[in-house]
Amino acid sequence: MVISEKLDRFFDEKMKEYPTQRSFLVPMLLYTQDELGYLTNEAIAHIAKKVDLTELEVRNVISYYSMLRTKPLGKYHVQVCTNISCMLRGGEEVFEHCKQRLGIGHKQATPDGLFSLEEVECIGACSWAPAVQVNYDFHENLTPEKMDAVLDQYSRKAKQ
Amino acid sequence: MADLVSHPDETRVVSQRFGKGAADINRHLELDGYKAVQKALQMQPDDIINEVKTSNLRGRGGAGFSTGMKWAFVPKQSDKPKYILVNGDESEPGTCKDRLILEHDPHSVIEGVVIAGLAVGAKVGYVYIRGEYRYLVDIMRKAIADAYAKGFLGKNIFGSGKDFDVHWHTGAGAYEVGEESALMESLEGKRGIPRIRPPFPAIVGLWGGPTVINNVETLASVPHIILMGGQKFADYGPPKNGGTRLFCLSGHINKPGVYELPLGYPLKKMIYEVGGGIPNGRKLKAVVPGGSSTFVLTAEEADQMNMDFDSFSKRGEFLGSGGVVVLDDQTCMVKFALRVMKFYQHESCGWCIPCREGTDWLKKTLTRFHAGGGLKKDIDNIKYLAQNMLGRTFCPLGDAAAIPTMSIVDKWRSEFEAHLEGRPCPFEPEGSRTISELPVIA
Repeated sequence: MVISEKLDRFFDEKMKEYPTQRSFLVPMLLYTQDELGYLTNEAIAHIAKKVDLTELEVRNVISYYSMLRTKPLGKYHVQVCTNISCMLRGGEEVFEHCKQRLGIGHKQATPDGLFSLEEVECIGACSWAPAVQVNYDFHENLTPEKMDAVLDQYSRKAKQ
Repeated sequence: MADLVSHPDETRVVSQRFGKGAADINRHLELDGYKAVQKALQMQPDDIINEVKTSNLRGRGGAGFSTGMKWAFVPKQSDKPKYILVNGDESEPGTCKDRLILEHDPHSVIEGVVIAGLAVGAKVGYVYIRGEYRYLVDIMRKAIADAYAKGFLGKNIFGSGKDFDVHWHTGAGAYEVGEESALMESLEGKRGIPRIRPPFPAIVGLWGGPTVINNVETLASVPHIILMGGQKFADYGPPKNGGTRLFCLSGHINKPGVYELPLGYPLKKMIYEVGGGIPNGRKLKAVVPGGSSTFVLTAEEADQMNMDFDSFSKRGEFLGSGGVVVLDDQTCMVKFALRVMKFYQHESCGWCIPCREGTDWLKKTLTRFHAGGGLKKDIDNIKYLAQNMLGRTFCPLGDAAAIPTMSIVDKWRSEFEAHLEGRPCPFEPEGSRTISELPVIA
């Protein structure tokens, strides 16, 4: 099985909620990525078959959505917002700090595969800026010092 | 989790259950939850629409269109199924209010969907939540499941003999999908490329069926309107601008946060009293009144503005999404214009040439300009490029990129001139980095 049976069954159930087969495609791609780390060739083929599209049609959808990826990134994907509200409160400094500390740039991963970094657009945390999402978890009202604590927390989590 | 704030001037309607554990269905029921749906089930569809029309509720996503009118456009008879689609793709820079509604009161959104469905004769609703908001997708999934378990959704809701289904859906990162026709494309499992209109979604929407698309806050307002009566809701705001609104204060402000204030609330009071003023003893330079797509206001203009749709539209401007971003006097407006353009360039889907080319050229020109490589003729050229996107694209993303840019060039021309020909940005401390580059293609 390319994806877990549990996930596959979940997709089958959700697909029943729509009048066309491909409707659940975007969430399906995102949940598959969450399980596998990225959208592998095998996963794309599997999903294409499931929704009765060609692999090319599925890739065409993937390339539109900024969260979807066809290459692996870090286990903890650090997404730093530098859009206006975050920029005004130090979002760029937080991004710069992450670059220095992790020794990587935009859309790169650390050699151990633990962290990756991305400068992202507005994540809806404007009133709690500057903000970062690590995978799906929000970290808000950050400073470079607080960002260190956030990264330390994930480093520790990885060792457990 | 995002912190909640409060201020005595707040009028808590949509936010009345925030911080009270109302994501739990039993707690929600203790707080008058699902009473509005039961009331609506006793009403005629036209009476529901009229109540919403009376309330003067206007779209909270940013366009400010009358919700009651939107519902009334849906044909009574339709061969194809009708749908309600909740736009929870909150991505407008400066806007973080739907997030709080989905976190603290997801059942109010479900209730709003069902009421909208009863009004227009739809039996199915979809709640589309942006991909980054996964924790809210999980909260909504649970809320929907709990509502089914109680018999509030599914077959024969509340024993009324009527059926109604609500499903959750999620995106995967795309600002443009917040535009209604792109949202439908995305829900149909495609790239979020906008559709040409007419036909409008009320006639030909999801899978060809008539579709009502409303913002999260709009639909969360509906149950309260049904319970309190449209007139009471209307009376909170000035004429034709009914009710309250969640304003998201951010940027250079002492007390950032999401505050629910009546429409028409003075912007000056919002900044200095509700938001506690500008930090570090600095002065106000500019205000983005409702997300990055709106005309940027100078401090003098901000002093006189009231925050309702018509106060802005009579100036030919927009109230927008509720995202109020405050900029102090140390902010470089060229850099600000560049950051805004970088965003639209990143998010442009490339379908319409004026937007695809315009945002890219503007980003390049502004990058060079801010770095000190600008020429005098660039200033007019920036405005010219922006003007040529305006009204020439399928969806409003092109307009959204043009509007702030044009207003910044018009109002802060002297700051552009201060960057001319090799001079470093006057606002950047020496040796600091210039604005970082996002890739042209994500």
